[in-house]
Amino acid sequence: MEFFERFAVPHPSPLIYASMVAIGLVVIAIIAGITYFKKWGYLWDEWLTTVDHKRIGIMYIISALLMLFRGGADAVMMRFQTSMPENTFLDAQHYNEVFTTHGIVMIFFMAMPFIIGLMNFVVPLQIGARDVAFPRLNALSFWLFFAGAMLFNISFVVGGSPDAGWTNYYPLASNEFSPSVGVNYYNWALQISGIGTLMSGINFVVTILKMRAPGMKLMKMPMFTWSALITNIIIVFAFPVLTIALLMGTFDRQFGTNFFTSVNGGMDMMWANLFWIWGHPEVYILILPAFGIYSEIISTFSQRNLYGYTSMVGSMVIISLLSFLVWVHHFFTMGHGALTNSIFSITTMAIAVPTGIKIFNWLLTMWRGKITFTVPMLYSVAFIPLFTIGGVTGVMLAMASADYQYHNTMFLVAHFHNVIIPGVVFAVLAGFTYWWPKMFGFLLNERIGKWAFWNLAIGFCFAFFPMYITGLDGQARRMYTYSEATGFGPLNMLSFFGAGLMAIGFVLIVYNVYYSFRYAPRNVGDDPWNARSLEWATHNPVPEYNFAVTPEVKSSQAFWDQKKHGHSLFNKEYEEIHMPNKSGVPFIMGGLFFVFGFSFVFSIWIGVILSLLAIFACMTYRSFEQDHGYHIPVKEIKETEEKFGGADK
Amino acid sequence: MKIDHSQPLEYSTEQNRFNILGFWIFLGAEIMLFATLFTSYFVYENRTGSGPTGAEIFEITPVLFETFVLLTSSFTIGLAIHAMRINRPKAMLGFLGITLALGAIFLGIEIYEFIHYYHVGATLQTSGFTANLLTTLGTHGAHVTFGLFWGIMIMIQIIKRGLTPATANKSFIFSLYWHFLDVVWIFIFSFIYLKGMM
Amino acid sequence: MKLKMLILSLVFTIAVVLTGCEPVLVLDPQGPQAETTANVIWLSIATMAIIVIVVMTLLAIVLFKYRASKQSDDYEPPHIEGNHIVEGIIIGIPVLIVIFLSIVSVTSTYKVEAPPEGYEDQEPLVIYASSSNWKWHFSYPEEDIETVNYVFIPTNRPIEFKLYSFGPITSFWIPQLAGQKYAMADMVTTLHLAADNPGEYMGRNANFSGEGFAENIFNVTALPQDEFDQWVEDIHATANPITEDTFNELLEPGHLGQLTFTGTHLDFSPAPEGEHAGHDHGSSESEKEQEDHSEHGEH
Repeated sequence: MEFFERFAVPHPSPLIYASMVAIGLVVIAIIAGITYFKKWGYLWDEWLTTVDHKRIGIMYIISALLMLFRGGADAVMMRFQTSMPENTFLDAQHYNEVFTTHGIVMIFFMAMPFIIGLMNFVVPLQIGARDVAFPRLNALSFWLFFAGAMLFNISFVVGGSPDAGWTNYYPLASNEFSPSVGVNYYNWALQISGIGTLMSGINFVVTILKMRAPGMKLMKMPMFTWSALITNIIIVFAFPVLTIALLMGTFDRQFGTNFFTSVNGGMDMMWANLFWIWGHPEVYILILPAFGIYSEIISTFSQRNLYGYTSMVGSMVIISLLSFLVWVHHFFTMGHGALTNSIFSITTMAIAVPTGIKIFNWLLTMWRGKITFTVPMLYSVAFIPLFTIGGVTGVMLAMASADYQYHNTMFLVAHFHNVIIPGVVFAVLAGFTYWWPKMFGFLLNERIGKWAFWNLAIGFCFAFFPMYITGLDGQARRMYTYSEATGFGPLNMLSFFGAGLMAIGFVLIVYNVYYSFRYAPRNVGDDPWNARSLEWATHNPVPEYNFAVTPEVKSSQAFWDQKKHGHSLFNKEYEEIHMPNKSGVPFIMGGLFFVFGFSFVFSIWIGVILSLLAIFACMTYRSFEQDHGYHIPVKEIKETEEKFGGADK
Repeated sequence: MKIDHSQPLEYSTEQNRFNILGFWIFLGAEIMLFATLFTSYFVYENRTGSGPTGAEIFEITPVLFETFVLLTSSFTIGLAIHAMRINRPKAMLGFLGITLALGAIFLGIEIYEFIHYYHVGATLQTSGFTANLLTTLGTHGAHVTFGLFWGIMIMIQIIKRGLTPATANKSFIFSLYWHFLDVVWIFIFSFIYLKGMM
Repeated sequence: MKLKMLILSLVFTIAVVLTGCEPVLVLDPQGPQAETTANVIWLSIATMAIIVIVVMTLLAIVLFKYRASKQSDDYEPPHIEGNHIVEGIIIGIPVLIVIFLSIVSVTSTYKVEAPPEGYEDQEPLVIYASSSNWKWHFSYPEEDIETVNYVFIPTNRPIEFKLYSFGPITSFWIPQLAGQKYAMADMVTTLHLAADNPGEYMGRNANFSGEGFAENIFNVTALPQDEFDQWVEDIHATANPITEDTFNELLEPGHLGQLTFTGTHLDFSPAPEGEHAGHDHGSSESEKEQEDHSEHGEH
């Protein structure tokens, strides 16, 4: 019986049973729906086996939106629980699980895939490539991410969620203090999706270095591509550290080693060090592409070139280097003395300089421009002041002595949400709206989009600014309750109100997608925003082969040059285009990795061995497979181009 | 597929060039992986708890054999790639075979070494030090094991298909991998064994 | 005890009056260390406010002046690559601000890591504060007493808290007296502070440590030295001695009220420092230990 008991949720509550039922119903509804509409074949042929970077990008974004709602539900539950003193909506254990999964889901399974999804869709188009360098590997990256995300998400109905915080500090995360399988889920879900991310990183570095259109020198790449390049280099160097840290954690929990224990030479703070050596670069993995997105959008809607292109690139390079040298600021209070803290305090504050350059460059891009307030631009305009506040509170936190008072309090929570939400979340929503017509050929409704934006922006201020005050008043983070005497009540209620507004904003975004699919006018043309960079030189939605003819480029705003200066991008005749074949192997491998992870979480060794053998079998199959892809004949290209009305391109 | 005959076979198509660059970047990630292991090892080097220290358990003879065998295999795979460049598939297969055989011998000695550690009471669970030692060695060993299977598959493909841009590309990338494992071993030899025995 | 009650009620009244004005705890310091951090916080808020105001003003001007609805249809924004003077300014000013704040950060960090200013020549009172799920144990080796979940300290005397943990990492925090410091299982960390004024202060574990974390709080009472001595004497007269068995029961996960004992648990369960440090490997040379400590410091 003991074997089966592990699969039960250790702390069941009506909420969890309700979610079990809900998950079951949704799965049944999806399967029934697909069967009823006879879409299994379509799903398999067009999506599950696709190696097309555009479709993979869209799948990343859809998954990210789903996870946004999972993490968002967690967030609303937390805000509601703490909105009143001595609230009994959640108990301590449940609250701990909720904030742990909120953090992990939002960072790993929402922000990361949203960013990688946009990169997938946009980067090859911005550099004029047919696809990424390794299309098959790209599909595998996605399915590994997806396997990791699903593994993580079943944790709360099978065996229990992790409950040691998203930072998962040992010894709290050890078997002794966290006996359920929750932290095993943490280890394997992150490990599997992390491997996928690492492969994405390699893929994009090669793509950007090797597959740029003729004439596109490094310093003539659009800014989003630059940010993608730097981000992916950070990924390649940061993720192996996480791989090792998670491996050590797995060994400690499942094989009884002494890496992070307090006995026999173990060292609990080693986890914190390794986690943050990966974790701080991770912050920049999220924010640099966001900077790239804002650069594109601000330049487009100010109808001006990006101010200070060189310093924009330079500042990103400096940020990426510094990002590896600041990890200690996450635990100034560990007691390593004034000297160490001083050094890391200075390196941390130094990051403010290149970041400041970027803020001023965006302001100077708008200067003498012609600004139109579309939805993507609204997000970008709100980003500047809100992110500045988040940034300066970051500098405040970087001052080690003061950090002794901010550390682990709501002040810190306010700070990192203040950089992540206006920084990353607003950026991906802006990018999503901006590149939407490239994906689907029509615009999202502007009026609903603006309503969503205002809900999010105002809701954000209400939700997070009060936390700065409660933090300074002594409210530690991760407290599931507090007494009335503390006086935290009213400000926390305000936060809950803000969270509610934000929830409305996100629901409006989804409604907007539905509404626009049904009612938006379809003939918006290839250039609805009067944009500047190369991805807008092809059609909306983008045909399978991206560009009928490889473009030739002279500057970072190639499309603008074509429109305004008569520079012609497409000078060659049509030739047949070589395309990679579809493959079901990445999807199958994703499934096998899911089985592998699940078996490992519960130490079912037979499952681990079998799934591992099957994974190697897939790799062997791939090694022996001779797949030369296929060619799209000139005739077909001509027909497609004519359909888009751009026959002479 | 366009084949550029002015380039060596392994670089002759665009995809081949992507593969090689991609693999170099992958090796960059591998360097980070082993660097993390080494750094942790140095942190835990003296944290032996109630278990033995490195000086108490390291044996010089098997380690010297391992080093010799692996260094030789690195040399023979170099010869294999040379044979590939001058288009002598048989010689190449021979050298690849020797390389893999040496790899297997290395692995055998390493397994003996692990059994020895088990007998002297230095298991994965003993202390922070042994956990790090065995994880670092084990990660390297796992890489060698993976390499053996990979190498065998490449040999089969060369036997079946001859030297094509695809098989040449795979062989070259495999040789990079094998050299990398050798370099990692040199670090292990110097900074774990020699330093530990001194 | 009567006197103590009287003082307590007095302190309570003062506290109520003070909370009437509601300064937030961190910015209402009652000792030199917290005062230093509060000053740093005010200074950084002021500096940062200037930056925020500058950015917001520039943004407002740009958005107002250059919005499309204000311009003629045929206005073509110019192509501007950049300008060395402008870029010099937007790099130079942030660099100056960062240098200024770095100096403040470094000097104040050294200050709060050292014995409190103005108390350097006094012998500090050493109190071991150890956490277990989810309690705080305070051991006074000199006075030979131990309390749970509350701590009395004399005012106008430097206090040295020696922190460690019987479980997960915790963070010892008395916002009105000093910033946080971690308590860990395999080493002892030191927190210096002093209380200028008698009073009751909130103390808590600020680092998430599992199910009972939210209630992992303790009371700090600062009172003049003579009353503190009286309090110690009272305990010796009334409290029971702590034994290994009682202490092990106290360590069981859960919450306890405030408890008082004579003797300290350090006698039978020493703190992880010196030869008992978790990362020590049986050598008794004190030099070796020193080395290990400094090694710790570097990570």
